[in-house]
Amino acid sequence: MDFSFTEEQALLRNSVQRFIQDRYSFEARKAILALDAGWSRDLWNGFAELGLLAAPFAEEYGGFGGGAIETMIIMEEFGKGLVVEPYLQTVVLCGGLINLAGLSAQKAALLPKIASGELILALAYTEPQGRFNPADLVTRAEKSGDGFVLNGNKAVVCAAPWADKFLVTARTSGAQRDRGGVTIFIVDKDAPGITRRDYPTIDGQRASEINFENVKVDGDDVLGQAGMGLAPLEAAIDRAIAAQCAEAVGCMRVLTDTTVEYCKTRKQFGQPIGKFQVLQHRMVDMFMECEQSLSITYMVNLKLDESDAERVRAASAAKVHIGKSGRFVGQQAIQLHGGMGMTDELNVGHYFKRLTMIDAQFGNVDYHLKRFAATGQV
Amino acid sequence: MDLKFTPEEIAFQSEVRAFIAENYPANLRGRRKIERELSKEEYLSWHRILAKKGWVAPSWPVQYGGTSWTPAQKYIFGQELAGAETIPLITFGLNLVAPVIWTFGNQQQKDYYLPRIYQGTDWWCQGYSEPGAGSDLASLRMRAVPDGDHYVLNGSKTWNTLGQHADMIFCLVRTNIDVKAQEGISFILADMKSPGITVRPIITLDGGHEVNEIFFDDVKVPAANRIGEENKGWTYAKVLLGHERSGIAGVARSRQQIARLKRLAQREFAGGRPLLEDHDFAHKLAALEIDLLALEFTDLRTLAAENAGKSPGPESSILKIKGTEVQQRISELLIEASGIYGAPYLRGMVFDGDNFPNVPQDTIGIGSEYLNMRKTSIYGGSNEIQRNIIAKAVLGL
Repeated sequence: MDFSFTEEQALLRNSVQRFIQDRYSFEARKAILALDAGWSRDLWNGFAELGLLAAPFAEEYGGFGGGAIETMIIMEEFGKGLVVEPYLQTVVLCGGLINLAGLSAQKAALLPKIASGELILALAYTEPQGRFNPADLVTRAEKSGDGFVLNGNKAVVCAAPWADKFLVTARTSGAQRDRGGVTIFIVDKDAPGITRRDYPTIDGQRASEINFENVKVDGDDVLGQAGMGLAPLEAAIDRAIAAQCAEAVGCMRVLTDTTVEYCKTRKQFGQPIGKFQVLQHRMVDMFMECEQSLSITYMVNLKLDESDAERVRAASAAKVHIGKSGRFVGQQAIQLHGGMGMTDELNVGHYFKRLTMIDAQFGNVDYHLKRFAATGQV
Repeated sequence: MDLKFTPEEIAFQSEVRAFIAENYPANLRGRRKIERELSKEEYLSWHRILAKKGWVAPSWPVQYGGTSWTPAQKYIFGQELAGAETIPLITFGLNLVAPVIWTFGNQQQKDYYLPRIYQGTDWWCQGYSEPGAGSDLASLRMRAVPDGDHYVLNGSKTWNTLGQHADMIFCLVRTNIDVKAQEGISFILADMKSPGITVRPIITLDGGHEVNEIFFDDVKVPAANRIGEENKGWTYAKVLLGHERSGIAGVARSRQQIARLKRLAQREFAGGRPLLEDHDFAHKLAALEIDLLALEFTDLRTLAAENAGKSPGPESSILKIKGTEVQQRISELLIEASGIYGAPYLRGMVFDGDNFPNVPQDTIGIGSEYLNMRKTSIYGGSNEIQRNIIAKAVLGL
């Protein structure tokens, strides 16, 4: 049993911290959000130069062979900087799914391009009727010659406006919520028959509603095995949850530190408001939620490679905890900043918005509490 | 970072498990079925078995009988004890007064008291809280007035745990009334058989006799029983309170209790289905398990920090707060899961098989335990005091 970081991991954290400090200040981020595109290709290339985009992939695919702990470190620091670029979507989620489900030729074709920064991917798996259940699919892919024809709608596809390709889930057999019959397709964003409606999300990122109408896909663009997509998809989502928990911890840490500092300087009734015990205890509760969230983030990242049942249990436990803690810390940070907490000019609201978004992604507290309870082991 | 145990740690785990299986007293097994207090002899029998093995105080310095176990080994040891549902060891000698003695005591005190604590020769109890000094401990009033080579003690101590069995008591007493509260306190050890000491039981709301009030009426105590310097007792007491906080998370015991809760909820039926499958109950249980999981890893992080040479700091107050919250929530769900059988109060009834009411065995004692568990967020520095500590020492407020 060992809870220490290696020297390489410590260096990785330092270099991400330095990058965020130098190039991702709150003001710099504001400028990025104001761009038409809403993200910075320049910074993305910067991540590539630092090796962050290659971190989790095997060396044969141009990666550095890192694991969940490296991803956790990067995401925690990205959380502190409120990075909007699609690291979670492209590298962790899509890269992770390709790694789990892809044939070696597909890995060789896609992973090095993710690592170098030239390929942006988004995962189109959620549907309007499906809420958080990745098996609930109305989108269908019908066999047609050597390939397939896709029809259906995908909802709130994060980072879709920035993507070069989508990984799209569709049903090739079975009924709407069956576990079998889910197939993942690699689809060009400009394939004929795709209509995208882009919009910003509440946390300043971008997403799309996507309609697929008779979109033709080659047989070679089935990721891995047809009909067998759900298991790797769930595993990739659980890994993304583990990474996102680290991001949330980064957000919570900044909010707690910022709130404590503010309460030490803000004076009312002739004294710093941090002298009031009712506020002190609130901040202690925020601090404890941060620490407990960090603990459960360690837990899930250390258990990702155990059995499927253990992984599901760990990921859902962590997501429940992060969802609750994130909401508590975010709401209290605004409350303790008073009127200033409501303003767009202060960073507090921006972290709050990201934490709110995180709870709604990949399944919220209630969804994962049910999923955890269903594992039911003693 | 890695969660796996090394082969050596796995071997150690088997060794501990086998030792407990072979040596834990048969009459203490499954003691939950007998709802009564343990006798002094029962408490001491397990203590002495562990002492003989050299395992009764794993965290003590090696020179006084401690082990050189790694934090992982200590973690495993705690887990195995909890897994076997062994009775608790009495903490006041082993974990509270002993560190004060080896840190601040003189050679004679160390040589005399530490082996007796280790072997279980002396049963220790605590004398710090007073009727007027709880969270504000420094306001204590019990006096110790020097008289030749003695002190004369007058006053009272309260919330004294299991003092009815005790041979010795360690007391915080006021030796100077003319200075700031913290600066006039001394740390004095007294023999419970000294003339002038009276023990009055305090019956708690669960009907148990776990705590006492102790009265000191012109009690003569040798000056040689003072630890360290006169009027420096508050500094020593802080060490003691620090030790009381560590290990208080109780993760392994809570995990055991959740397993017990699940067995109970599997057997209890609600609407023709096991209670465990009732959504409302299952979700409360799941939320609790998740919080325990987070606590377990906070505990492991503290242990790892200790391994890296950092002593448990004020952050360990988190373990006290979250640990006791979890313990209390488990006791709530246990009484909820018992349903109508949360009501029977069978304390003191003899389990002889015939006359004993035939209530489900797995519900026996749950009502009392729920009542008793309310103490956990009060003792060892209330959870509000713990928040004050974090606010001041960690957040700098």
